[in-house]
Amino acid sequence: MRIFDTNVQKLKYEVLREVVRHAYADNLQEAYLDIPKTIAPGPEPTMRCCIYKERAIAAERVKLAMGGEKGDKNIIKIIDIACDECPVSTYQVTDMCRGCLAHRCEAACPRGAFSFDRNLKAHIDPARCVECGRCASVCPYNAIVSRKRPCEVACKVKAIHMDERKIAKIDEEKCTSCGACVYMCPFGAPVDKSFILDAIRMLRESNEKGGPRVYGVVAPSIISQFRYAKVGQVITAMKKMGFFSVVEAAMGADMVAWHEAQELAEKGFLTSSCCPAFVHYVETEFPNLKEHISTNLSPMAMIAKYIKDSDPDCKIIFVGPCTAKKAEVQKERVRQYVDCALTFEELQALIDGQDIDISKLEEDVLDNASYYGRIFARSGGVSDAVAEAVYEQNLNFTVKALPCDGIEACRMALLKASHGAKDFNFIEGMACNGGCIGGAGCLTHGPKDKGEIDRYGMEAMEKRISDTITSAP
Amino acid sequence: MKITICIGSSCHLKGSRQIVEGLQALVKEHGLEDKVEMGGRFCMGDCQNGVCLTVDDQKFSLKPEDVQAFFEKEILPKV
Repeated sequence: MRIFDTNVQKLKYEVLREVVRHAYADNLQEAYLDIPKTIAPGPEPTMRCCIYKERAIAAERVKLAMGGEKGDKNIIKIIDIACDECPVSTYQVTDMCRGCLAHRCEAACPRGAFSFDRNLKAHIDPARCVECGRCASVCPYNAIVSRKRPCEVACKVKAIHMDERKIAKIDEEKCTSCGACVYMCPFGAPVDKSFILDAIRMLRESNEKGGPRVYGVVAPSIISQFRYAKVGQVITAMKKMGFFSVVEAAMGADMVAWHEAQELAEKGFLTSSCCPAFVHYVETEFPNLKEHISTNLSPMAMIAKYIKDSDPDCKIIFVGPCTAKKAEVQKERVRQYVDCALTFEELQALIDGQDIDISKLEEDVLDNASYYGRIFARSGGVSDAVAEAVYEQNLNFTVKALPCDGIEACRMALLKASHGAKDFNFIEGMACNGGCIGGAGCLTHGPKDKGEIDRYGMEAMEKRISDTITSAP
Repeated sequence: MKITICIGSSCHLKGSRQIVEGLQALVKEHGLEDKVEMGGRFCMGDCQNGVCLTVDDQKFSLKPEDVQAFFEKEILPKV
């Protein structure tokens, strides 16, 4: 079965896997310059115009796989030479235009950007076009198409622009590190930096030199990943690699829901704080609403705090679907609890770089959370869990939750909230479509993911959030 | 006195929550909240025989149905 959705993901994975191999062979410092040749062996190019360009791009990928530039905080980087400088024009009239009489396009255009030639065929004046898309939606022949760059289309917070050479540039202030551009760009120019070497260092120090124990914290979206193996086999692989114990991030989600319910009842209006991309978006674009962001740690940080309270010298590595978590763990409030964040893509590379065949391993167990903690992974889950936590604690409060699926939906809700026109008292903000299961660090994204999360939730031994709360003294 | 109970996946599935709840109730019943501190731990390395727990530095393995007897034998006389 195919592990990845696209060849761009596979390329990123192959680079990471080679970095892992050499790190474990203790020859990365000598060998990292040779990795591009392993990736693009030649003599014929398979991805670009020539093998030299392929190798130059691979060399940039190796740098990012090794953590990128020191001191550079941003997680999502553009590899300039990998950007294909796609055409920048947005709405275009295609050959499908039949030169009709109705000209609905002209009537729909609010800016008078349309003109017509002798054959009555439409033309758009790019100087007047504001990219509203109304013309495209009314044309009965679908003759008008949007040719916006995939990275710009993916970036709903508008943090990507062209520079004068038509190469994509990221506005690092605006960038939420959600990774949507990383997943969408067909040429793989945007890449999420990796801290996989930090993870390897912690695991090896623990195993080989008796260093601090390393705990893995795994996001519930794991259930829709690793389709060729059981979750229990992935846990066995992690323990083989040196994780002392693996804990569900969903247990932290139960704790978050429990406290968030109390905070909501006390304050009357709240937004969730579990999605780091959403939190960044509110902080930068809606600073007036910052005070309404829940003061809770994210589920990842919440469970990491609990683990560190019980074993203060340990190290904690989070594994999940999210590139923004790599930014979250740099935050002062979080870095004391979580030492490294990896994606599922990176976990796959870490496992394969050591030639561990997951499908042949025995199944270990992973069971710490309730149904409600687990469904945090899909849109609507946080809202359900907070309402349940209000009910279980007999709080005198009626939750009117607005689950926001994707950053555009978040924006609409935040706009309403900032104008005071709200018929809700809790905003569940999820930057990725579908929730965490739509995260850019996933191996695969599928239409059945949501159902799988619900089923996984129902398999939990604990049915109520309070069960998880009482199980952790 | 500090009681640390393993709440890792394996022990959780063997009933660590029932043990936590049982011990908490017994501690409360005997008014020992000030003397007995309870905490959790993810994996204590001895997953085969029931739920792992330590009383100060002494290791035990326990089944949920044995909480009462354990409390009377190992906790009550020592506080």
